[in-house]
Amino acid sequence: MDIIVCIKQVPDLQQIRIKKETREAVTEGVPFLFGEMDKNALEEAVKIKEKSGGKVTVLSIGSQKLRDTVKEALAAGADEARIMVDAAYDTLDSGPKVSLLGAAIRKIGQFDLIFLGEGSADNYSGQTGPRLAHTLKLPLLSYVKQFEASNGMARAVRNMEQSLETVEAKMPAVVTITSGINQPRIPSLMQILRASKKPIIEWKPADIGVAVDLPSQRQISVVSNLAPVEQRKGIILEGAVEENLDTLVNSLVKEGVLRS
Amino acid sequence: MAGVLVFSEKDDIALELASRSKELKTSVGGKLAALVLGRPDAERAGRLFSYGVDTAYHGQPDIPSDSAAFAQAIAQVAKEHGFDTILIGSTRTGKEVAAMVAQSLGAGCITDATDLRVKDGILLVDRYTFGGSTVASASISSAVKVIAAMPKAFPLGAPAPSQGEIVAFAPQLIPTGTNVLQRQDRQGESTPIEEAEALLCIGRGLANQKDIPMIEAMAKALKAEIGCTRPLTHDWQWFPESREVGLSGKKCKPTLCVSVGISGQIQHTVGIRSARIIAAINKDKNAPIFKTADYGLVADLYDVVPRLTKKFQALSK
Repeated sequence: MDIIVCIKQVPDLQQIRIKKETREAVTEGVPFLFGEMDKNALEEAVKIKEKSGGKVTVLSIGSQKLRDTVKEALAAGADEARIMVDAAYDTLDSGPKVSLLGAAIRKIGQFDLIFLGEGSADNYSGQTGPRLAHTLKLPLLSYVKQFEASNGMARAVRNMEQSLETVEAKMPAVVTITSGINQPRIPSLMQILRASKKPIIEWKPADIGVAVDLPSQRQISVVSNLAPVEQRKGIILEGAVEENLDTLVNSLVKEGVLRS
Repeated sequence: MAGVLVFSEKDDIALELASRSKELKTSVGGKLAALVLGRPDAERAGRLFSYGVDTAYHGQPDIPSDSAAFAQAIAQVAKEHGFDTILIGSTRTGKEVAAMVAQSLGAGCITDATDLRVKDGILLVDRYTFGGSTVASASISSAVKVIAAMPKAFPLGAPAPSQGEIVAFAPQLIPTGTNVLQRQDRQGESTPIEEAEALLCIGRGLANQKDIPMIEAMAKALKAEIGCTRPLTHDWQWFPESREVGLSGKKCKPTLCVSVGISGQIQHTVGIRSARIIAAINKDKNAPIFKTADYGLVADLYDVVPRLTKKFQALSK
């Protein structure tokens, strides 16, 4: 079974600071990593490979640090990587990004499954999987919490808000993975060392037959991106507990937020 | 001809979308239409019309309950009747419907929108970025614009009895190859937490699953639903995923949110940001949750939760 896993590098959200004066997010110097759900998607693919053979290829589009970030995925069990690097790619919106991913997947050619996280860790927009399925004219199995593949069929349990759905489709298929599906492995030192020998092939748009400058095809323009103003009272009660409990309860009563 | 087309597989969300679209229509121009699943009876149609919908399209025969089928039907109505602003409810189904509609119409799309407005003739859409640290306002430059708006993003307007038309159409549906074998409803779920008036959120400060009854007692005294952070559903599996509050969970708008044993990372607090009043209990006075709280109590939850529960119980007597 040959599986392509699309992963996205995102800035480490724990390390993003907000500039007080301007309310802007400071991303300079913040390291990149893969989102949790990307790791779940990769883990699921590696598990299938370990059981039934085949190859796991990681596909990723991003900015300069991508080569380093992708090594993490190789250490966690992927066999090789295809990357596309451009400073503008981190902020590419979904339409142009899917044009690139689709062309890269057609270039890879041979695959049974395409795995992605159900959404990226930074924006959780959830568009890439469904758009990719649509453009590649492949069936989509989304929000998957349980997965198995056999005899050319992919079968999954989808985790929807009010129901669990068991679905199936003929492979090849696009599958988006939710985080409950598995516990991603933490690579050992040996695996990390071995990963440096695994191939990372970098493609330019021309290599995959994309002639247009995709970043210029942007359809979404961000006008402003600021931390919301927190209009909270910020009354902190410390020290004498019993007194504080009464203060808290009385305050909530005065606010009119307790339902009798 | 321009116009706004709304869709949600949930009728109540469709009405929220229609409520806001009524204002939007005055800027965008044209009609406000809704794609409905199944033939709307007089009551359903009447509700849509009273929230501003001019035309309700319904597919004949019934559109199968599948995101790709919904997306194809929406794209066809939009193309045929020239709707250029498509507003969809950002549920799990709605998000992927929006993405597929956008892909098939070559449109830009913003999902999980929290608000939208027209400024100087340009439609601006808000959504969280960087895991909820910031709110981006963005415009969509493609001819057709697809927006998936969060449930509860728009308040339900006041209904005003109005007449509209019901139009049947025959969507050309291409099977996508995904077959539903079984649909199993989730059992034993109480009020969805995103609709709760009062919410009690619990985090990793709770040391043991055995202590959940203590939290349930406080929730009962507060008449609150219980929500939790991601580790409690995903790592420890103490609660079903439907109780996760945050970026990858539910965004809630309770009148009161009491946060217990939660450090307050942004991926969680984005889910309670719209609460009217937030009270937080944490023993670490430097916990970031206190920056998002109206009232912060620096204390050990095991000490104060039972005592608070008694005080809340006393109040409602």
